[in-house]
Amino acid sequence: MRPFTRVEGLVAPLDRANVDTDAIIPKQFLKSIKRTGFGPNAFDEWRYLDRGEPGMDNGARPLNPDFVLNQARYQGASVLLARENFGCGSSREHAPWALEDYGFRALIAPSYADIFYNNCFKNGLLPIMLPAEIVDRLFQETLAAPGYKLVVDLAAQTVTTPNGAVFVFDVDAERKNRLLNGLDDISLTLQHTGKIQAYEARRKLEAPWLFV
Amino acid sequence: MQPRSLYDKLWDAHVVQEESDGTALLYIDRQLVHEVTSPQAFEGLKLADRKPWRLDTLLATPDHNVPTTARTAGNAGIVDPISRTQVETLDANCADFGITEFKIDDLRQGIVHVIGPEQGFTQPGMTLVCGDSHTSTHGAFGALAFGIGTSEVEHVLATQCLWMKKARAMQVLVDGALSPGITAKDIALAVIGQIGTAGGTGYAIEFAGSAIRALSMEGRMTLCNMAIEAGARAGMVAVDDKTVAYMRGRPYSPAGALWDQAVAYWRTLVSDADARFDSVVRLDAAAIKPQVTWGTSPEMVLPVDGCVPDPKDAPNPVKKSDWERALLYMGLSANMPISEIDVDKVFIGSCTNSRIEDLREAAAVVKGRSVASNIRLALVVPGSGLVKQQAEAEGLDKIFRAAGFEWREPGCSMCLAMNADRLEPGERCASTSNRNFEGRQGQGGRTHLVSPAMAAAAAVFGHFVDIREVM
Ligand code: SF4
Repeated sequence: MRPFTRVEGLVAPLDRANVDTDAIIPKQFLKSIKRTGFGPNAFDEWRYLDRGEPGMDNGARPLNPDFVLNQARYQGASVLLARENFGCGSSREHAPWALEDYGFRALIAPSYADIFYNNCFKNGLLPIMLPAEIVDRLFQETLAAPGYKLVVDLAAQTVTTPNGAVFVFDVDAERKNRLLNGLDDISLTLQHTGKIQAYEARRKLEAPWLFV
Repeated sequence: MQPRSLYDKLWDAHVVQEESDGTALLYIDRQLVHEVTSPQAFEGLKLADRKPWRLDTLLATPDHNVPTTARTAGNAGIVDPISRTQVETLDANCADFGITEFKIDDLRQGIVHVIGPEQGFTQPGMTLVCGDSHTSTHGAFGALAFGIGTSEVEHVLATQCLWMKKARAMQVLVDGALSPGITAKDIALAVIGQIGTAGGTGYAIEFAGSAIRALSMEGRMTLCNMAIEAGARAGMVAVDDKTVAYMRGRPYSPAGALWDQAVAYWRTLVSDADARFDSVVRLDAAAIKPQVTWGTSPEMVLPVDGCVPDPKDAPNPVKKSDWERALLYMGLSANMPISEIDVDKVFIGSCTNSRIEDLREAAAVVKGRSVASNIRLALVVPGSGLVKQQAEAEGLDKIFRAAGFEWREPGCSMCLAMNADRLEPGERCASTSNRNFEGRQGQGGRTHLVSPAMAAAAAVFGHFVDIREVM
């Protein structure tokens, strides 16, 4: 996993609540057996005017001029500003894969759906939660100033605006450590092999029917 | 000892290791595997030269991509080459690692959340995961079951564990008696209507109360299935006689002396009398009417005798623009009575409502009637090969067919339209599935979530009707 330390990035505002995983990456793209290449199909149904199918030349497809991420001023954005309950719906990890592949490194919203939130951390994508009033303010500032950038510092747990306002966000210590260092979850867990085996031995005595 | 909730008991029984910040390494008893969220996990295992920790805890089946028409050709019958590759990849991975798989032409194949309970693979007291958010379904058995992403699928395969923080506990208490014709689906939608799609975020929900005790296991599965639509990763119901009776004699159920030992343990899987919940939500079962969603989120739901809301009345500007966008997408106008909404297609199926009881409820409405002339397609997709076989033994297929329904092979089908079954742009569907998101059943498709009986009635009348008036 790519470590996340500090990102200074152009901000793109996606001003709708309850953006679901079907919107982030429509199901026809879930047929891929790979982890990469989902970026061109992030928000596919909003982003293009035609119906997207796997294998299409996305560069040749008609873009929806009304979709905010298609505006010239947001090209190259790496911070996505969103509204409450972002990422609701399915458990598909293709949603963070698509956002990451698109170029986003951090998300800022008042709240996220649980599974999606969890999945982001496994993929080097930092989902930041800030109070709704602050997110609202960031939306206004982003819309008002083309080229608006934010600095996200994971070690310090801060988001800094161009005029120097600093917002502190919460993040679980363990998740933070893994993301900062790009650590592989499985090898860390396998350090506990002895404990897992001891649990199994104990459980086998209490509940042997689980081990047949 | 402090009184504990069912969730506390399930959690405590599975902690392998706890960190000082409350993060726990939780042991996972079972994992269900399907073709969509597993290929990258198996690839990860292979790249790192790892093997599944415990093969006996795994059961796989293809469900999302399988066609619902004849299965005789096996995988070769999957027309879309990308879908076929995904199913073939699952077959190859299961063969390589030695994982039990119910393949496309196996009678036991079906939607993961239908076959787990049906096989007795899902048992009370277990932790059970799957790379699918509707894994909450299995909580109906007094189990801790939740959906995970692909990285976690790989993590559980490799370590049999997951790192988790304990969720807060919510109790949804539904007391009283449901009116005739009102089902678990209506309870689920009414709960979501009340607390919203994020109302359960960060919680594990236990459904309790006399109305829940009165539900069959199928009904409890429907309810827990939709816990995720309320934002909760896990939904659960305490063990009682119905749970135990359901478990008896299933292929993976414990037998002999182990059965008695298991049942004695299962009986303890109830919340203690004064267990503490962080939040309690109450509903009066008698007041629940047949529910129909009108918008593009399951919380946009109303009783069938209601009218589509007017964005003018929205409680805040964000909701107002959500409602406006939803009305536009759904092609509905404000204040229109729900009962005047005509539908084009009807879908009875999905892990929410494709079990035998659901099919019986729908067939009871359809019997002796026929599908209305404005309906382009009415589909019944049983949840598994065994459900289909049972329904056929009861003659339900004949009832549906005689009325003009199509009777299909098991799978996810038009719940998310990864196979050939889908809505065309602008088409409106009465669906027994669980999500009415934009494009969920096909790009531009318009989904209204309802119970199986309500979907059957919409097929017969061509528009939504109050099931209580036509039974
Ligand atoms: S039936 Fe629908 S919700 Fe259930 S597992 Fe299949 S796609 Fe997911």
